[in-house]
Amino acid sequence: MLTISNVTKHYGERRVLDDVSFEVGRGRLTGFVGGNGAGKTTTMRIILGVLAADSGSIDLDGSPLTREGRRRFGYMPEERGLYPKMKVHEQLVYLARLRGMRSAVAAEKADELLERLELHERRDEPIEKLSLGNQQRAQIAAALVHEPEELVLDEPFSGLDPMAVETVLGVLSERAARGVPVLFSSHQLDVVERLCDDIVVIADGAIRAAGTREALREANSGSQWELQVGDDAAWVRSMPDIEVVEFDGSYVLFEADARGAQSVVQQAAQRGEVHRFAPRRPTLTEIFREVVQ
Amino acid sequence: MTTTVSPHSALTTRAAVGLVASREISSKVRSKSFQISTAILVVLVAAGIIIANLLSSSGDATRIAAVGDAADSFVGIESVEVEAVSTVAQAEQLVLDGEVEAAVVPLVDAEPGTPAVEIIALDATPVSLVQALSIAPEVRLLQEAPVDSGLGFLIAFGFGIVFFTAAITFGGTIAQSVVEEKQTRIVEILLTAVPARALLAGKVVGNSALALGQIVLIAIAAALALMLTGQDVLLSDLGPAAVWFIVFFAVGFVLLAAMFAASASLVSRMEDTGSVLQPVMWLVMLPYFLIIFFYDNEVVVGIMSYVPFSSPVGMPTRIFLGEALWWEPYLSLALLAASAVVIVAIGARIYENSLLRTGGRVKLGEALRG
Repeated sequence: MLTISNVTKHYGERRVLDDVSFEVGRGRLTGFVGGNGAGKTTTMRIILGVLAADSGSIDLDGSPLTREGRRRFGYMPEERGLYPKMKVHEQLVYLARLRGMRSAVAAEKADELLERLELHERRDEPIEKLSLGNQQRAQIAAALVHEPEELVLDEPFSGLDPMAVETVLGVLSERAARGVPVLFSSHQLDVVERLCDDIVVIADGAIRAAGTREALREANSGSQWELQVGDDAAWVRSMPDIEVVEFDGSYVLFEADARGAQSVVQQAAQRGEVHRFAPRRPTLTEIFREVVQ
Repeated sequence: MTTTVSPHSALTTRAAVGLVASREISSKVRSKSFQISTAILVVLVAAGIIIANLLSSSGDATRIAAVGDAADSFVGIESVEVEAVSTVAQAEQLVLDGEVEAAVVPLVDAEPGTPAVEIIALDATPVSLVQALSIAPEVRLLQEAPVDSGLGFLIAFGFGIVFFTAAITFGGTIAQSVVEEKQTRIVEILLTAVPARALLAGKVVGNSALALGQIVLIAIAAALALMLTGQDVLLSDLGPAAVWFIVFFAVGFVLLAAMFAASASLVSRMEDTGSVLQPVMWLVMLPYFLIIFFYDNEVVVGIMSYVPFSSPVGMPTRIFLGEALWWEPYLSLALLAASAVVIVAIGARIYENSLLRTGGRVKLGEALRG
């Protein structure tokens, strides 16, 4: 488990990280979300030791993360870059060997990964000749080629088409399934919502929410309910202590306490068919808007 | 909790340096522009020597004086006009007066199998005459050669230009490679894998090897051209100076490479390299201009031969001209090596501290403090 504890960082007078603490569990995909300038990249750079924190600590499985430990990380920096004139496969092998992988193993892993990321046909082309999307895949391959034991990826999905997102997602889930803690940041909240086990929300350098996706939705679900009935649902408006938020023929979204909600569903059952009744779970976008404000 | 067996072995610093160095070398050697420029340089040097030789050897017949049957050695050689004299003293006088270019006198105590004649010349070995003899006879010079021979300038200039071009070319390569890594931010990935010092050492080692390789290639081309044009004698004079030049260059380039790398690490964009590299460029150009303007000034060249930035040009020049005592190159080399150690240490510090600072130009003071 990767543990970030009480990390604070200033750029001059400006505080960019304020007592940031969260965990990335082994075998879990953890999504790191926040607006521009919220502190995601700074946090990731501090985890990788590319940037020094003013205070706080980064621990791996209970002991402080060392230089040696960081060598087993896979890292995709925010600003992409590989050697523009070096061939894709050659470059991956070089990066893997720098982490101590033997040449033959590195070559094999690189081929495997390129195949998986559907970049194999371009293996002997220099990076600069690739399309942006393919450069992005190569960058992901560069973070994964040495079989990292921990993964930190800054915006791995940006610039990928939906098909490529699925491919990359598959690769990341595989790694997580093998016990690798995976932390990645993303602006694409729908993607994070769909695939992350855990979610960390950061705003203005402070962690606003952190936990499993379900717990987070639960905690932010508030007191809204959805009801779908067989015929017109207009009668809900006349129920006491209930405020209708949205109404559309046989569908109604209303706010009520648990008791009020129960009386609505009883009423509905007496009146006719109930197709659906459930507390409304907010989307990540809504949670995000909520906690960030 | 991980169940997979780690495929990572600890990479030693030496292995990391080797990996970085071999990438530097292979990416450079494979570039078309490098291949072409190296080929042009080698051809230019060889062609220059051959053309210069062709131009100089198409002159009048060489006048020489000969004593007794020494003249027999030149029977059948067309380019030599022999004036017979009776004593060695007379022959020497003719040489001193400039009446003849050289004198050939019998050698009394000649060993069997060596030429039975000796050549007497004023202040320089008459190369064409020596070559005209089938077996090189011993040469006795009556005066020490003055410094301002045209050849001396040519050699000094040669050392100067080779040092200058190689330092600029490969120093520039290092600078470019440092900024490329900063600009593309691949440096962030690299630094999570290897320490900054290993990265720097790999760059310096790789590019030094390339520079040295190119210089050795040029030296071989020059030697071949000299042999091809029958100037073996010049070659044997030049040999020691050239070897010293290569040794000095190897150490001197490490020093310059560290400066190029450290300077380049202060900026994050290719466009900004020009201004930060200016001070280093001056240090590289200075010995080149000094040697052109002051090659015949013993004091200036003497000082140059000890100052670390110019000794790779100054000392070999003095060795060629026969001005340096035997221990002088060793002392100068020790000075150069010591300053290289200091400058590499400072350079490494600057490099380490500025590598991850992107954006504007890093101030030198900040880079040193860390």
